[in-house]
Amino acid sequence: MPGLKGWKEVPIAGVVDTPATAREYETGKWRVMRPIVNKDKCINCMQCWLYCPDMAITGKTSTETKNGLDMAGIDMKYCKGCGTCAAVCPVKAIEMKPETEFLK
Amino acid sequence: MPVRLETTGAAAVAHAMRQINPDVVAAYPITPQTPVVEYFATFVANGEVDTVMVPVESEHSAMSAVVGSAAAGARTMTATAANGLALMVEIVYIAASYRLPIVMPIVNRALSGPINIHCDHSDAMLVRDSGWVQLFCENHQEAYDMTIIATKLAENEKVLLPVMVNLDGFITSHGADSFEMLEDEKVREFVGTWEPKYPLLDIAKPVTHGSIDMFDYYFEHHRQQEEGMENAYNIIPEVFAEFEKLTGRKYDYLDLYKTEDADYVMVVVNSTASTAKYVVDEYREKGIKVGLVKPWVFTPFPKESFKNALNGKKAVVVLDRAMSFGKEAPLYTLVKSSLYDISEKPAMGSFVYGLGGRDVTPHMLREAFDAAINGELELDKQKYLGLRD
Repeated sequence: MPGLKGWKEVPIAGVVDTPATAREYETGKWRVMRPIVNKDKCINCMQCWLYCPDMAITGKTSTETKNGLDMAGIDMKYCKGCGTCAAVCPVKAIEMKPETEFLK
Repeated sequence: MPVRLETTGAAAVAHAMRQINPDVVAAYPITPQTPVVEYFATFVANGEVDTVMVPVESEHSAMSAVVGSAAAGARTMTATAANGLALMVEIVYIAASYRLPIVMPIVNRALSGPINIHCDHSDAMLVRDSGWVQLFCENHQEAYDMTIIATKLAENEKVLLPVMVNLDGFITSHGADSFEMLEDEKVREFVGTWEPKYPLLDIAKPVTHGSIDMFDYYFEHHRQQEEGMENAYNIIPEVFAEFEKLTGRKYDYLDLYKTEDADYVMVVVNSTASTAKYVVDEYREKGIKVGLVKPWVFTPFPKESFKNALNGKKAVVVLDRAMSFGKEAPLYTLVKSSLYDISEKPAMGSFVYGLGGRDVTPHMLREAFDAAINGELELDKQKYLGLRD
């Protein structure tokens, strides 16, 4: 397993000795379904941002949208493909597709 | 000056706990461990210790509470026996894997069924693979001493493993005998204070204990655990030596009784060793060279010491107060495998004895010695002492 530390390098007992290390844990590796956003349909309501359990939805303020918000995309490092965003989207702008479709 | 007390083994252990003065004791009563906790609760009630005593609703809760307490950074103890230990087992493994230096006297009792409250070692053998250091005690003095030694060993920063101190149910725990008790301050000085590396309650340095450990790191953490056990093996003699300086009482991995020139050697743990020493002396008076090996340290298993003690002997009998149904008895299997590559292998025999508190008499031990002397041992056949046909 590349990138992982050896037994002599990590704290004993699985202790996590530094706070706020969740960002280092890339849950995106778990994903079997990938959310694909159709920005033509998206109304930037940010329901997906609100519900995403991994805070993988990127949002920002914008002068170009009606509500001043922009759903800027999904961070695939952390999106584990749970499909919550697709389920809560009021305009069905997110489609879950199998990861196998993206294999090169 | 140290004082000599005439009391039960349970009281001896409770006195050791009082002198260690742990921050937290969480325990649930079970025969024959009950008097250990009862005596200790009296010390708490009388204000003789600073301990927070947590009376929990089960042994599973007791072990869970001490895991939490030790993770918080508190010096923590509990005690149990037999079925209580069985109920704890899930968390017993976790305590070791979390590297928490909990000290737990085990008052050895049959695991049942049918229900039985008397002495055997099936409880200790149930958890022989749990990752705890396991020390065994012949009598009151050893139970007292080992409880103190266990605290210092467990908290060593290279070890950080929980330690069980085994003493025989009723025979040691409830029988009256005398032992030498050190001065309180000598014990407190010996054990010192524990400075935990990752205390959960240190809010200046926040840490997480007990997060999920998947296929990516679980294996590495178990390798670390084995390292802790290897370190325990190396540090045990240091702690014993320091204890000897304090008390004059010398401990080692193995208590070797007249083994040096012996032809026939018995291996047995705990209180039966006292009877065995008496029987050894009888043979010696008749000019027959027998001896006894009594492991003080069972986990980590002192393989090298066994090799050194038993190489070149004519015969070795191993007595187990527990069965491992369908397999060789636990102590026998370890002694036998440790002798695999010695140059002069002894004949070997396995004897199960004393289950469920069956009384152990000199006559029974002579049976085992006589089988060794008469060349009647069978390497792969388990025999029984004191069993009616």
